[in-house]
Amino acid sequence: MGIKVVHLIADQLVIMRGSRVIIDTLSFTVGGGEALVLAGANGAGKTTLLRALAGFLPAEHGAIRLDPNQDDTALRERMHVIGHTNGIKSSLTVRENILFWASYLSHDSSSDAMHRADHALDHFGLTTLQDFPAQYLSAGQKRRLGLARLLAAYRPVWLLDEPTVSLDTASAAQLAAAVNGHTQSGGIVIAATHMPLGLERARELRLTSAGPPQ
Amino acid sequence: MNQFWKLVARDLRLAVREGGAVGTALGFFLVVVALMPLGLGPDLNLLSRIASGVLWIALLLAALLSLGRIFETDYDDGTLEVLATGALPLQAVTAAKALAHWLSTGIPLALLAPLLGILLNLDLKATPALVATMLAGTPAVSFLGSIGAALTLKARKGGLLLALVVLPLYVPTLIFGISAVSAVTFGTGAFQASFLILVAISLASVVIGPIAAAAALRLQLE
Repeated sequence: MGIKVVHLIADQLVIMRGSRVIIDTLSFTVGGGEALVLAGANGAGKTTLLRALAGFLPAEHGAIRLDPNQDDTALRERMHVIGHTNGIKSSLTVRENILFWASYLSHDSSSDAMHRADHALDHFGLTTLQDFPAQYLSAGQKRRLGLARLLAAYRPVWLLDEPTVSLDTASAAQLAAAVNGHTQSGGIVIAATHMPLGLERARELRLTSAGPPQ
Repeated sequence: MNQFWKLVARDLRLAVREGGAVGTALGFFLVVVALMPLGLGPDLNLLSRIASGVLWIALLLAALLSLGRIFETDYDDGTLEVLATGALPLQAVTAAKALAHWLSTGIPLALLAPLLGILLNLDLKATPALVATMLAGTPAVSFLGSIGAALTLKARKGGLLLALVVLPLYVPTLIFGISAVSAVTFGTGAFQASFLILVAISLASVVIGPIAAAAALRLQLE
């Protein structure tokens, strides 16, 4: 997994939804070890920006790149994306869910993947629940299982969209600890959140609505 | 490649755990075929003449029922987005999911067909040919079907739309599947030609299906 200092660079980004400009010529650089918190009113384009960074939404203009991108790996393979949904299967157990992601999202050997998966469950306090089918979890527990993916496979960039939804304060602290641990080891975190997470080394990027539909 | 098989294995495990989709498809297949003799009357000659056609059409309709689920559940719970960030290209993701659909639905339907053939007085000597054509033809059903499933992913109540998109694509499979079985029933000896074309259609759709479905999914994920 090697710790590499990378920079995520967004250059002159213009992102549109239909005929509407959501992000208008935005440039920023996030260095390794930094967290960038996206702030802005509802509809300011936080989710849209994150989805564009994740590569789901093509940018109308501009570029997103990692620098240096040593081995030419596709951008999407260097990122964890936590969206509004958790990406868990209700008929698989907690452990099966996290083991699948641990091995699917990395090239680790299966014993490494298992080790990481156990660590991830432990960090988010899910170890005692690991043999339960995920459908019996509460909303907050499901969210924690979704977030456990972040630790189950190593990726340098984390994109988090409202990660604290349905988390209690103790779980939010677990998330903050995971994020701080990631930035300490040189990772990049970009999060859209309304709840102050108590992140170290965090900057704020305020998005403003690009105006009425044109 | 490792990830590809992991995804196939996960989908198969889900199909076994959830069971509903496969069971519904098999039950639907049974009911449609069982209704035929009731509607057409007990004319055994008529039934055995139309048996292969009825079985093939019922199989296509039964498979259609389960097609929507190829991507729908993964889209709804957010799994599809995470799958798209894996090392596996999206084409391989759609191929893995279509393959899992074939293994979990196409093969059981093909294996149930000879039993249902008895209900329609299907010539016993045509039974091996029927199973062979269905096993060879159902990959096209799953892989072409995945295109329709990807295209109609976000259309709420997309079931009917899916049928409109996908059923026309099944016409070549249907024609050559039935003609291969009829060749055996009526002893015209043209089995091999029809069967080989059927295999060719399946192989082509294994190549085209994942590429087209991945392109459609990319639009759906925007």
